[in-house]
Amino acid sequence: MVTLNRESMSIMREIDVIPFRNRLKEYAVKIGMSLVNQTKIITAASELARNMLKYANGGKVTIEVVSKGRENGIRMVFKDEGPGIPDIDKAMKDGFSTGKSLGLGLPGTKRLVSEFAITSEVGKGTTVIVTKWKNG
Amino acid sequence: MEKIPILRMGNLLLVTIQVDLYDRLAETLESDLVQMIKKTGARGVLIDISAVSIIDSFMGRIIGNIATMSKILDAETVVVGMQPAVAITLVELGLPLNGVLTALNVEKGMELLKKKIAEEEPEEEEDHGDTE
Amino acid sequence: MKNEAIKIFQKKKKAVLENWMKFQLADEGLREDLMSNEDLRSQSEELLDAFIDNLSDENIDDPANSAFEAIVDILSGISISRAKQGFSPRETGIFVFSLKDALLNVLQQEIKDPQELYVQSLKIIKIIDSFGISTFETFIKGREEVILRQTDEISEISTPVIRVWDGILALPIIGTLDSARTQIVMENLLQEIVESGSSIAILDISGVPAVDSLVAQHLIKTVSATRLMGAECIISGIRPEIAQTVVHLGIDLSQVVTKASLASALKTAFGLLQLQVVKKQKQQQITE
Ligand SMILES: Nc1ncnc2c1ncn2[C@@H]1O[C@H](COP(=O)(O)OP(=O)(O)O)[C@@H](O)[C@H]1O
Ligand SMILES: [Mg+2]
Repeated sequence: MVTLNRESMSIMREIDVIPFRNRLKEYAVKIGMSLVNQTKIITAASELARNMLKYANGGKVTIEVVSKGRENGIRMVFKDEGPGIPDIDKAMKDGFSTGKSLGLGLPGTKRLVSEFAITSEVGKGTTVIVTKWKNG
Repeated sequence: MEKIPILRMGNLLLVTIQVDLYDRLAETLESDLVQMIKKTGARGVLIDISAVSIIDSFMGRIIGNIATMSKILDAETVVVGMQPAVAITLVELGLPLNGVLTALNVEKGMELLKKKIAEEEPEEEEDHGDTE
Repeated sequence: MKNEAIKIFQKKKKAVLENWMKFQLADEGLREDLMSNEDLRSQSEELLDAFIDNLSDENIDDPANSAFEAIVDILSGISISRAKQGFSPRETGIFVFSLKDALLNVLQQEIKDPQELYVQSLKIIKIIDSFGISTFETFIKGREEVILRQTDEISEISTPVIRVWDGILALPIIGTLDSARTQIVMENLLQEIVESGSSIAILDISGVPAVDSLVAQHLIKTVSATRLMGAECIISGIRPEIAQTVVHLGIDLSQVVTKASLASALKTAFGLLQLQVVKKQKQQQITE
């Protein structure tokens, strides 16, 4: 996988999510992603950004345009220094929530993207990396 | 603060969401709508989301909430005009909004609302065509 | 001191090229319909230049040396484009292996000592063989891409959305319903719903060989997405075997309207739209 372009933004308040979503949309349009895949990746991004705000008081997101063979895609790294997730398997289950919400953010995001990876350490923070291929 | 306008048309409330939703805006809409239903005694709510390009689990939940809360206040909610990409994404996300009535566009949504309200009004006894 | 073979090739580049062209053109299977002789010549020359320029004392004994990457790249490009143009692997193979003949031929003319000739020839054989292997690998990759593209095209074509009536769409699905296919079906169907303003969609699965829990899940997703748009989705063409497996697997289709045939689905659709089909009476106007 080769990175063609990289940009970081910090998400500290709810209003930061809007320029982030717009930027992501620009990249997705630029690489010629279909409307359905654009919608999927922006929705996933919206979920992960909310999690950072809600559970970790914010964090940083990096958007990258990546390429592998003939496929182009968008990769995003969401990194926070929040409380971390004690049981990732549990957090990845549909309906699990400590925030009195639907518990669809993490598992739903995984279904919406092509590649999904999460690492978390209690007391240190959480990192979620997702990739969506143009035709994936 | 930004607000989504709610229009009153007889016993119906009409909401057209023209901007992309963010959490605070959606929450405000939920409470405004519930207040409006109470105040006006509206029997139906029509939410036009044809201009909305992103609905995630938070905003999806608000839409579900509005439908459930209206129901408790004796009003039906119909969501109209969802874009194909949004529908596909919501299903993949795991939020098919099963309890929410939907229609293709405002016109069909209005028809559906009127039918639903009529069904619940026994005094206006209508000729119920048999199904199938 | 430079390797004997390298010196010879640098000096005799032209002779090697002529030799190589001769071997290629002599092949009976040469596809002049696919590529002109000039194109073949410039392709050959480009490759030969790259090969001879990159050959050195360090890599002549090491076919896997990174110095050859540039050549393998050129070869891959040629190989992939040939695969797409419809060349057979034999023709592409001859392209590479006749280079070996050309190189050995020149070595044989230039090196008189049999021992030395043997040593040098062996080196060249090893390198070209390794090129041959890369060529076949990329050739197959090129063909796989063609196949993938065709698969995409087939699934596009094989999911037509038909407007059977004003407000009613039908979508016959033929073949296996995997997740990639489901995406295409959903996108086509929902787009058509928007464009035609249809409020009922019939998904006919008589042509789907088997329904397992994954396929059922795909069907349920399609139904859910259709409903979110404000249209109703009916699944028709459920054969008895399918009904059996669905129940045996414990798949819950209770939220989905299912019908045995497309005809009965259409009847249900007419009912939902409050339409009625009446038989025209002979010699008489239709009354009511
Ligand atoms: N960035 C994060 N930091 C700490 N905990 C998190 C983070 N993201 C998710 N979680 C935990 O994982 C759970 C599941 O998250 P999610 O699937 O998005 O559902 P929801 O946000 O509705 O609870 C959350 O309730 C929370 O406990
Ligand atoms: Mg969440």
